[in-house]
Amino acid sequence: MAKIIVVTSGKGGVGKTTTSAAISSGIAMRGHKTVVIDFDIGLRNLDIIMNCERRVVYDFVNVINGEANLRQALIKDKRAENLYILPASQTRDKDALTVEGVERILNELAADGFEYIICDSPAGIEHGAFMAMYFADMAIVVANPEVSSVRDSDRILGILQSKSRRAENGERVEECLLLTRYNPERVAKGEMLGVQDVEEILATKLLGVIPESETVLKASNQGIPVIHDIESPAGQAYSDAVSRLLGEEVEHRFMSVEQKGLFKRLFRRSA
Amino acid sequence: MPLLKSLTGKNTESSAAFRLKGGLFPLTLLEISHYDRTEFEQQLQDKAAEAPIFFKQTPVVLSFEEFDGELSTLPLSELVEICKTHGLLPVALRNSNAALQDEAKQISLAIMPVGRVKPNADKTASDTAPTATEDASAAPAAEHIGEINPNSSPSKIVTTPIRSGQQVYAPGGDLIIMASVSAGAEVLADGNIHIYGALRGRALAGVRGDTSARIFCQSLEAELVSIAGNFKVDEDLRKDHWKSAVHASLDEQTLCITPLV
Repeated sequence: MAKIIVVTSGKGGVGKTTTSAAISSGIAMRGHKTVVIDFDIGLRNLDIIMNCERRVVYDFVNVINGEANLRQALIKDKRAENLYILPASQTRDKDALTVEGVERILNELAADGFEYIICDSPAGIEHGAFMAMYFADMAIVVANPEVSSVRDSDRILGILQSKSRRAENGERVEECLLLTRYNPERVAKGEMLGVQDVEEILATKLLGVIPESETVLKASNQGIPVIHDIESPAGQAYSDAVSRLLGEEVEHRFMSVEQKGLFKRLFRRSA
Repeated sequence: MPLLKSLTGKNTESSAAFRLKGGLFPLTLLEISHYDRTEFEQQLQDKAAEAPIFFKQTPVVLSFEEFDGELSTLPLSELVEICKTHGLLPVALRNSNAALQDEAKQISLAIMPVGRVKPNADKTASDTAPTATEDASAAPAAEHIGEINPNSSPSKIVTTPIRSGQQVYAPGGDLIIMASVSAGAEVLADGNIHIYGALRGRALAGVRGDTSARIFCQSLEAELVSIAGNFKVDEDLRKDHWKSAVHASLDEQTLCITPLV
């Protein structure tokens, strides 16, 4: 049985696509057959972040309309063995997605042996976002530590638990929170919401905290999901989040101001 | 059918003869599908015999949304008289035509707007919770008046957080929420509201005018607190007991916030 996970946020620019790329790569690297679907029809980005932009021939909408089959549209990732990407269409709009069409493709993917289906949701609470979340078993809600992002995440959680198919059947969608662009120094100065503040407001399970890092921007410009950068704190934090997603107990890191400054200084002096 | 929100004149002088206040009153709709004097009277009589408690000067709105036949030939005043004889007090008209509306004016009936009173009420809420629309409040009252179930509690218990954009209404009883109410969410009850979490959104108790209703919460961080139409907003609430466990009650038209000890 495939597990369908939606990566959503309400607000734009908080790191949904970066997270989708990193989490799907991470799950695939642990040996699970995984597909990541870009639901942002008309503004496709996932293929750029995954560096397969030039390999897109057929897309999600083509498959929904029966103009191509799934095999023709799926792009095999070059870095992670078990990862496939289903890109969005750039020339269509979000109305091209239908409940029946999306359901058919998710069923086909599950029948094809995919264990994890990651749905990269567009921003907003309109049709595209609704399509991405409707069939989800689990939701990763991405938020930045700022009030407007947290408010939008709250709204999305409400919609998720009332509008998704699981909700319609009287079940709950498993929900978890991923806090991105976290800067413990700024939290200490009171310029940014802390993990506890956000957890308290959203009252939901914390999947991980991704520290603010320039490696994230670099990685997305180079088309390498940041989880492959095992040196960077952001990459490590995503890796921890994947472990938690797969049921392991991993202690949260990168949440407080690091003391390594002193070590580094000592090291530099002695060198 | 809930009526409009509050509007209070803050600058009114103390000698003011009246005050305009908001109220939220569910009304029963009398949905008339066709009209024949004898048949109508007979059926109404039967219904009244079934639930005599309900038919005591109960205000109703006459609705002709599903009327099958020629509206203009309908003897409105006759219909109203029959209603009155059987303990229903028609107060307004809905989904009628111009001729009927003219007649309504002569016999002092109000004209209600067509459709839902809260067209903008959030869609997300309608799935998890009945909103304060006529479907949720007035209709069941009319349907179930004949049956009395001693075990049914009018209280409503919600165990999950009420998220921004959601609206939960407990018609006819208390609302108990075993989680927090987010900013941008709205909880309403005809009775009391108990929140075993933080109240960051809006809470309106006694929306049908029950001045003895109260609101309890573990942490007061609300955007608005209202009892029977008397309300305080965020900036008034911040002055005292902010972020502490309180209960709100009404003392002679004044909303009082008292710490829970």
